[in-house]
Amino acid sequence: MTNIDKHKNGDIPLVTYVSGPVVKASRGHILSMNEMVEVGTQRLVGEVIGLEGDTATIQVYEDTTGLRPGTEIIGQGMPLFAELGPGLIGHIFDGIQRPLTELQEKWGDFIQRGKVGSALSREKIWRFTPRLGQGEIVRSGQILGVVQETEAIEHKILIPPEVTGTIKKVAGPGNYTLEETIAVIETTGGRDIEIRLYHRWPVRVPRPYGKRQMPSEPLLTGQRVIDTFFPLAKGGTAAIPGGFGTGKTVTQHQLSKWADADVIVYIGCGERGNEMTGVLTDFPQLLDPRTQRPLIERTVLIANTSDMPVAAREASIYTGITIAEYFRDQGYDVALMADSTSRWAEALREISGRLEEMPAEEGFPAYLASRLAAFYERAGQVVTLSDLKGSVSLIGAVSPPGGDFSEPVTMHTKRFVQCFWALDKELASARYFPAINYLQSYSAYVKAVAPWWFEKTDPEWEKLRDEAVQILQEDAKLQNIVKLLGEEALPDDQRRILEGARLIKNDFLQQSAFDPVDTYCMPVKQFYLLKVIIHFIRRLKDVVDRRIPLFRAMELPVVEQIHRAKTSIEGEDTAPFQHILQDIDSQIDQLLARSQEARDVV
Amino acid sequence: MLSDKVESTSEKRMAGLEFIGLQKISGPLVIIEGISGVGFGERVELITARDEIRQGRVLAISEKAAVLEVFHGTSGLDQENTRVRFMGRPFEMIVSKEEVLGRIFTGLGMPLDGGPAPFRGEPRNVNGFAINPVARAYPEDFIQTGISTIDGMNTLVRGQKLPIFSGSGLPHNDLAIQIVRQARLLTEESSFAVIFAAMGVRHDEAEAFRQSFEESGVLNNVAMFLNLADDPTVERLIAPRVALTVAEYLAFEEGMHVLVILTDMTNYCEALREVATSKGEVPSRKGYPGYLYSDLASIYERAGRIKGRQGSVTQIPILTMPDDDITHPIPDLTGYITEGQIVLDRGLYQKGIYPPVNVLPSLSRLMSDGIGEGKTREDHRNISSQLYAAYANAKQVERLASIIGEEDLSTTDKRYFTFSREFENRFVRQDKDEDRSIFETLDLGWELVMMLPEKELVRVTPEQIEKYGKTAHTSHQE
Ligand SMILES: Nc1ncnc2c1ncn2[C@@H]1O[C@H](COP(=O)(O)OP(=O)(O)O)[C@@H](O)[C@H]1O
Ligand SMILES: [Mg+2]
Repeated sequence: MTNIDKHKNGDIPLVTYVSGPVVKASRGHILSMNEMVEVGTQRLVGEVIGLEGDTATIQVYEDTTGLRPGTEIIGQGMPLFAELGPGLIGHIFDGIQRPLTELQEKWGDFIQRGKVGSALSREKIWRFTPRLGQGEIVRSGQILGVVQETEAIEHKILIPPEVTGTIKKVAGPGNYTLEETIAVIETTGGRDIEIRLYHRWPVRVPRPYGKRQMPSEPLLTGQRVIDTFFPLAKGGTAAIPGGFGTGKTVTQHQLSKWADADVIVYIGCGERGNEMTGVLTDFPQLLDPRTQRPLIERTVLIANTSDMPVAAREASIYTGITIAEYFRDQGYDVALMADSTSRWAEALREISGRLEEMPAEEGFPAYLASRLAAFYERAGQVVTLSDLKGSVSLIGAVSPPGGDFSEPVTMHTKRFVQCFWALDKELASARYFPAINYLQSYSAYVKAVAPWWFEKTDPEWEKLRDEAVQILQEDAKLQNIVKLLGEEALPDDQRRILEGARLIKNDFLQQSAFDPVDTYCMPVKQFYLLKVIIHFIRRLKDVVDRRIPLFRAMELPVVEQIHRAKTSIEGEDTAPFQHILQDIDSQIDQLLARSQEARDVV
Repeated sequence: MLSDKVESTSEKRMAGLEFIGLQKISGPLVIIEGISGVGFGERVELITARDEIRQGRVLAISEKAAVLEVFHGTSGLDQENTRVRFMGRPFEMIVSKEEVLGRIFTGLGMPLDGGPAPFRGEPRNVNGFAINPVARAYPEDFIQTGISTIDGMNTLVRGQKLPIFSGSGLPHNDLAIQIVRQARLLTEESSFAVIFAAMGVRHDEAEAFRQSFEESGVLNNVAMFLNLADDPTVERLIAPRVALTVAEYLAFEEGMHVLVILTDMTNYCEALREVATSKGEVPSRKGYPGYLYSDLASIYERAGRIKGRQGSVTQIPILTMPDDDITHPIPDLTGYITEGQIVLDRGLYQKGIYPPVNVLPSLSRLMSDGIGEGKTREDHRNISSQLYAAYANAKQVERLASIIGEEDLSTTDKRYFTFSREFENRFVRQDKDEDRSIFETLDLGWELVMMLPEKELVRVTPEQIEKYGKTAHTSHQE
């Protein structure tokens, strides 16, 4: 029965109850679970989230003010979906993929409600080049042809999932709009399927792939504390928990700018409007260091800011990950930022509360953990259906109430991610950034990415890293004593650790996002910067062993060079670092020799 | 009990539906059954037996019944004779420049100054609409408040939402008043307005604000919306929305730069909790509803600038942290939404320091775009960062000194110890009418960091030390 027929029969679901985003409807038997619906003449978009008896429960993605019992509800016959095709890159959508730029053109500066056109422009013309020809046998996920969407991204037009057959017809190279048929595929069952430049996919269902692989390549971010200390791998998962103002958003912005992914999907989930505006303002101007193209040409933005309806916040995460998977299926490395997953969890809680479900911890529904797990499970490095390598890396910010990591969202997230970048209030309040606590954070990918560093920089990489980590750990222990007795109470061999740790903290780990040079640090520079520092710390041992007061070494001119290296040395040239290494040796050697002389004189 | 007569109201909007009799009265909520044609969120008027009108709105609606929230409270309502008029529209405020500025209203936007209710302008839904992020212009115009801890280290910019986190009895009002009085842009003068919304504050506090507006001769550019301590609590839920509706109008349609003071957001949140509890909702932390975050966001996000429009809405909400606890849900969720916070500290206050701003937990997220060359000064970011690093370290030294004694500190630590005192006494402390220029503030900052050994100054460049530090230092040497 079509909707029109239902209408004629008067057999149409009607609103019976409204409380914020939750709407109940009669005649639920006509609707199916997770079906998209439109409510009333304004066509407010919603989704069926419960069916019981003849009552359907619907979460409405828009403001329900003014909605009355008796209002008609029209089922759309399909679950909440995303439109996938050219026109995604460089654009900004809300949580249910309404195009925000078009909304502004239509409604002005404030977001109104109701149905508007479609996510992807139907007018825009794309240059399509086929890759397959008539008569070829194809299966889902195969590349039918390509569209150069931006200079940086060649958009591959895929045979939609669940379609297999023979190409009966395919359009020649030329200009097409999204709705034009570019190919007809005859399925084995003899049915003709028309292929367009886009297709739809239900957002709550993971897209199919060939097979999963273990992540092995680092997702380089240009942030030293991440790349060198707690690396993320392509296809990996990471969480950034932290109280307000500790640097979750800046870190995610940094990753969106500098991560060596092909495509970035950035989801502003229940956060500030201005932060999305910031991305929209900066990204067209900043250049991707790899392609020298504006960053916006590889970025898709999803914005469901905190003042937008809460139910769409819940959906925004799924819309984003579906788009990410879609580019993965084209053989790209995609990095997805979700800021903040806590707002998504809270949206779940709010809806759950309005449904009067039994709450588990802190009012969150019992299915919180399984939803989080399912989300992070959609990350991964895969071989696509068309035998390409692609990956989705997931980086989720977590906003624990009161900055307390023992709350449910942080706790559960921790179970499902491999990198944990714990932000520290105290570091942030001293304006020590990134405020990633090097004692609480961890990455399970160190061993996996070590071969890459070995090959691209130096075999010594892992050793240097471990040594640095060890110094920081010893330092943390010593700091407990320093807090009680002061630094002067320690012998020089222990103060060497304190001085060394200070160098690592200030001159390596600390990295301002706002410094024009240091905002991004190449892997080679990361390696050498660490090498220089560790070398100096090793040489300090000689100084201590000879009983030369440590401060003498700390007053050497080369120390100033080390302090300034991160902001003064640019590019991939290693010569300046070689100079510092030489200077360290010559200045320390001189110091040792002088003291020897002094001793000889005595 | 159902009177289905349709009465026309005196207002120019559509006629309302009227019903008689309430099924249940519970706290600030009322349940009415046997109704139809009523929409979610619409405004209602409850008319008592004595023809007194109370405002309210629909919180939930089914085919048979509606749950109403009554802004003026339910005490004195009777079940049988109360009439409920459904207005068919959300809560609205009529906005125009002439009828609003220079006036005083209740939290619901009714005149308190004996003047007429605004009627010439357009009625606007007080809930407003979300600004499309595409339409926003990123705030970046430095506002000089003349207060060193703010200008130097937690810079306010036009269109920002920057709350004051205070504690009961701390001088947050004085600080807010000083900001309003001194706030100006370095570059231009332009038309401005101040919108003041009080939620549950004492009469004398509101009066202090009014007087200070009067004294500085800006009263004609001010609109006040007052819900005082003895006014109905539920009205607090509407007051900030009415105020922001006016602010948005003045900013985005009249091109004014609007500074909005919302005080005290803690009272607002308590009113929200009261309603939630009456509804029997499952609470999340400390009894506050799970949607407190979204609700607060619907207020705080109504700040900013819009591309192609003249004006701006800058918000300075004030809240008192229960028990001085910054992790309490009210400051916590606020901090998650606003673009920073200015935190007042009881310890500093007890030392007699005004304004008792503790810079360490304070933050301005929009600072980095509002400062630097061409805006304030090239060294601003670095000197600020250096002051943070030094003060944070100095606080640790103070802790150490309290254990081992000041005399046993190392020479460097001793310098930090003095730095801390000087920083609090000279940089943080200033008079209530002391209006420091940003350059005075930055120079003072340099003078203070130069008390430390030069090798400690790792956040500034040697060139900057030479240029700003050495001059500041020599000119003040004893
Ligand atoms: N890597 C960084 N470099 C410099 N400043 C930073 C960095 N990370 C955070 N900050 C500072 O901290 C402030 C708060 O960071 P933000 O990411 O907005 O916090 P959160 O999202 O955790 O609330 C920023 O406005 C910025 O001033
Ligand atoms: Mg953030």
